[in-house]
Amino acid sequence: MSGMVTTDVKAEGIAPGNAKGGKTNGLLWHVFVAIAALVIIYPVLWMVGTSFKPAAEVVSSVRPWPLHPTLGNYPAGWNGNPGVTFGQFFLNSIVVSTGAVIGNLLACSLAAYAFSRLNFRLRRLFFAVMIGTILLPYHVLIIPQYVIFKQFGWVNTFLPLIVPKFLATDAFFIFLMVQFMRGIPRQLDEAARLDGCGPYRIYRYIVLPLTRPALITSAIFTFIWTWNDFFTQLIYLNDTSKFTVPVGLSLFVDQSGATSYGPMMAMSVLALLPVFLFFLAFQRLLVEGAASSGLKG
Amino acid sequence: MSKSSVQLGTEPGVRSTTRRRLQKKGTSEGAGYVFLIPWFVGLAIFTIGPMIYSLYLSFTKYDLLQSPTWIGLQNYREMFTSDPRYLHSVAVTIKYVFLSVPTMLALALGIAMLLNRKRRGVGVYRSLFYLPSLLGSSVAVALVWRSMFGQNGSLNAALSVVGIHGADWINSPTWALGTIIVLGCWQFGAPMVIFLAGLKQIPVELYEAAGVDGAGRWRKFLHITLPLLSPVIFFNVLLQTIGSFQAFTPAYIISGGQGGPADSTLFYTLYLYQKGFNDFQFGYASAMAWVMLATVGVITAAIFRFSRSWVFYGDEGER
Repeated sequence: MSGMVTTDVKAEGIAPGNAKGGKTNGLLWHVFVAIAALVIIYPVLWMVGTSFKPAAEVVSSVRPWPLHPTLGNYPAGWNGNPGVTFGQFFLNSIVVSTGAVIGNLLACSLAAYAFSRLNFRLRRLFFAVMIGTILLPYHVLIIPQYVIFKQFGWVNTFLPLIVPKFLATDAFFIFLMVQFMRGIPRQLDEAARLDGCGPYRIYRYIVLPLTRPALITSAIFTFIWTWNDFFTQLIYLNDTSKFTVPVGLSLFVDQSGATSYGPMMAMSVLALLPVFLFFLAFQRLLVEGAASSGLKG
Repeated sequence: MSKSSVQLGTEPGVRSTTRRRLQKKGTSEGAGYVFLIPWFVGLAIFTIGPMIYSLYLSFTKYDLLQSPTWIGLQNYREMFTSDPRYLHSVAVTIKYVFLSVPTMLALALGIAMLLNRKRRGVGVYRSLFYLPSLLGSSVAVALVWRSMFGQNGSLNAALSVVGIHGADWINSPTWALGTIIVLGCWQFGAPMVIFLAGLKQIPVELYEAAGVDGAGRWRKFLHITLPLLSPVIFFNVLLQTIGSFQAFTPAYIISGGQGGPADSTLFYTLYLYQKGFNDFQFGYASAMAWVMLATVGVITAAIFRFSRSWVFYGDEGER
């Protein structure tokens, strides 16, 4: 990250500043923004650096990078819990997050297609209800949902974390896809209908392929949010062997000694690694998705 | 699938048009509901059903082992008259929302205005400032906060360089909530990109014209930027306020699940979690959830209501 900032500042130093502001003004701007960026990114740098620090260097240190780098924190954190490694937590997180992504893509795109392309009498009413569920605080539902899943015998399984996604409970993504599908020309549907396509085939072969950008955005956000989600996973998963990465990480809270900082940060780095990779690969898509899904409302 | 379509296509003209008309009116009507089946089921089982059930539970005493017993309004009465921890959690949450949302949005708007120009590297900075929004709600970052703001953390190390002996931030009843507010504000990137998109919509000509008329930066900000950005500001205020009421992970991790020290980080959601999943008082927790729903509902309505006096939509001038 820091590499990106510094190379950029260097490139700017040579480049001419803004036409109005002039050279010094442009330089000043870059110095200021770069310092702000460093301050904001510092906790991330500190986390990565500390994960490579030996225990003696961890305490009371501002410097993010290690003087005597060590890889020892990684195996120490990985095997830090008796009986279960972080490998198991990662496997569990991957299952839950992948399940959530598939569920959201299928169910939300079906609902979005109905809301954006099909006419039926109660559409406006249902659409309003759907928007209402986006604003509904999740905590209102958590107690009764827990009671329901308890009766299903699903507590301490991954089912409460995955099945609801297959029933389009993440209404935010329905909304995001509706916004996108509204932009697809209706003439395409008409043409397909003239060729004898029914609603399902129009959805499957015309609308869905053209919705790809919104599907990718939804998939990435679903993955990251599920990957980082703590509350639900904390409530439904009881056995250590069922723990996902966030719940596994929370076990570090009980070890408050300075010796646990290194392993704790090592596992934090690994926990955030998939998010980093998605960010690097799709930063433009993510940032623009965040900007537009907000505005189009 | 493909077979039936071929048959349809080869049917005689008259029949196919009537069929098409039927399809347009009849099938589409039905198809809409068919496509919504998963959503209907989800809505019934996981949203509306639970809402009604939790409303019922809020009038009962229920520990998950014995069936719920009806106790009327007792849960609600207890909350407001004989549970000081509950009232305290309300105070903590309100303090958090009212301190973190304005600070975060001011920061987001400031940085967005700084980035709203054509300079090389703007895209990279924008991504960097956005990154904390992707990471901020994770357990990992909360652990980083716990370490950085601890007695032996890097903040105190930095302060000692300047000769200040820092507090034990996360274990101090005065400061613990502050560290969580800082963590909340750190995630200013999401509202920032929304502000940026809004700023891009404001025509440059307005600023140029105001400049010709002798308006300074501050007046341009007050009389052009703020009014034209007000719908976006409104949207961000609404979204962040609702979101802040539901913060849970940082409070849980930084306080070790307790809401301490001295209940200073006992967020509403954390207390609800404790009541439900530590004490198994599901009736009481449901009552708490409904008060939260009502509160968030009232605040949302208030923000909407209040917005009429300050949110400016471009078309109003034409009336």
